[in-house]
Amino acid sequence: MPAMAAQAAPSSGARLPPARKRGAWAWLRANLFATVPSTIATVVFVAAIVRALPRVVRWAFTGAVYSADYEACRALEYHAACWGFVTEKYRLILFGRYPYQEQWRPLVATVLVLAALGVSAHPRAWRRWLVVVWAVVLPAFLVLMGGGILGLTRVETGLWGGLPLTVLLTLIGVSASIPLGIVLALGRRSHLPFARGASTLYIELVRGVPLITVLFVASFVFPLVMPRGFRIDVLTRIAAGITLFQAAYMAEVVRGGLQALPRGQYEAAASIGLGWWQTQRRVILPQALVLVIPSFVNSLLSTFMDTSLVTVVSMYDLTGALRLSLGDPQWRNFFLEGYLFVGAVYFVFCFGMSRYSAWLERRLGRWTLRPGAARA
Amino acid sequence: MIATQPIIQLAGVNKWFGKFHVLKDVDLEIARGERIVVCGPSGSGKSTLIRCINRLEEHQEGRIVVDGIELTEELRATERIRSEVGMVFQQFNLFPHLTVLENVALGPQYVLSEPRKQAEARAQQQLERVRIGDQAAKYPGQLSGGQQQRVAIARALCMRPKVMLFDEPTSALDPEMVKEVLDVMLELATEGMTMVVVTHEMGFARSVADRVIFMDDGRIVEQNPPAEFFANPRHERLRDFLAKVLPR
Repeated sequence: MPAMAAQAAPSSGARLPPARKRGAWAWLRANLFATVPSTIATVVFVAAIVRALPRVVRWAFTGAVYSADYEACRALEYHAACWGFVTEKYRLILFGRYPYQEQWRPLVATVLVLAALGVSAHPRAWRRWLVVVWAVVLPAFLVLMGGGILGLTRVETGLWGGLPLTVLLTLIGVSASIPLGIVLALGRRSHLPFARGASTLYIELVRGVPLITVLFVASFVFPLVMPRGFRIDVLTRIAAGITLFQAAYMAEVVRGGLQALPRGQYEAAASIGLGWWQTQRRVILPQALVLVIPSFVNSLLSTFMDTSLVTVVSMYDLTGALRLSLGDPQWRNFFLEGYLFVGAVYFVFCFGMSRYSAWLERRLGRWTLRPGAARA
Repeated sequence: MIATQPIIQLAGVNKWFGKFHVLKDVDLEIARGERIVVCGPSGSGKSTLIRCINRLEEHQEGRIVVDGIELTEELRATERIRSEVGMVFQQFNLFPHLTVLENVALGPQYVLSEPRKQAEARAQQQLERVRIGDQAAKYPGQLSGGQQQRVAIARALCMRPKVMLFDEPTSALDPEMVKEVLDVMLELATEGMTMVVVTHEMGFARSVADRVIFMDDGRIVEQNPPAEFFANPRHERLRDFLAKVLPR
């Protein structure tokens, strides 16, 4: 407000900036027809869009078959989309091999987790009660999915699949690998030789191995080397494998943020007597973690999509479940529609996460504002 | 007995950066309530000297005793000394992700374990003391350099330090902001705070210091009360230095 007053005061000699040229015409001129090459590019692209758009619309929407009518789809001869495949198989795609009659359970469980994620997204919710929320939601998810109590029939984790599996593995993989990654990053920068050596060795070893190998080991090798009678559920092993794998990458992401902070921050913290833990907790990590939000989201998105690799160990996430449904000889030629559908699901999630991260970055990074920007 | 014991004692302190010998046989005793100004050409070791006093730098030979506690590799002792010795940096080094009030309350809250309300109340008092109480809710990035440096002083004061170290506190400031920071330091001196100030502000040295120390090439070359220091410099190197920094 003081800034406004200063601008309005005639005595200070300050003036408002000249009015910007507005309106659609001014915008077009400035952005699409500013120079000759720009005009040419605009014309070419507009022509291409105008030519392609009606065909795309006809293929995807107006000419498409929506009902699960195989004969109608065949009659299209691939000149238009057969969404009938998705109509017929969407439950198999979304829930995998989960027993058909019980599929309300993964639906409720997934909605529950997504709702909890929605609540957790706002920094105002980052309080102690959020721990309680998750302490209720996660067990509820597992009970709904697994059953065996409360009159729910038991469903083996090997049958869990589709979107719930993708969401669960991503959630566990990311939320568990972040704290682990922070510990590894701090370890790698530690002055204690053992902590530094162990962290460095772990990070470099894990980064030298493809995820698919980790999944193989977790799924097939681990049970062989364990003592007889010692069994860990396959889903747990896979989730642990993804977490341990992702942690190595998270560690390097966090380390990048730690290295970006000037030495003066450590010195200032030390000068008021803060110990090592308090310095990390109150001064260093809050800044470093905000700096690396873009890289975090990279890791988040790649974990989300890397979960498809679990098909190699006979678990069927969203992509895997799609492949299952393409196993039906009648429909297998409509894979394009199937992949577009799954792609759309992935896109909704990924685009949502990336918009969220941009918002979070702005909100948490308010302190990066310079004096001028603060007033704007 | 305790009152007469110096609050800071350095005896035979030597320090090297790699092979470079930064501090050479430094002996120094500072009494409670004494105001010391350290000056000298850049690279003379003056910043390193005061950074050794709160062990931001480790000395390799000699003894440093602060308020009866010797600085060693013992972490607890170091952290205790640091909570009793305030420091103000050339680059302010405020925590940019915390508001001004949180910057100042951080130490009391997590080092002195005061309840948050109490820590923030004292932080607000310290901000008033450096005349910046109305900026408490802003982030450091929204303040001018002079304001930031005053917040840094308040942050150090909020720990109720027995000694304040100033490492070129006005060197990064625009000229018109130097005075507001020096005025706050002057008030502190009047209140009897023990202060060690590395600065090129010779006016400040003349009016505030009990003793001015000239360092060159890692050694304390000359030390005297300001009147004597400026009027009768004995060493050639000090005369050269004064000729460069004092306005003609």
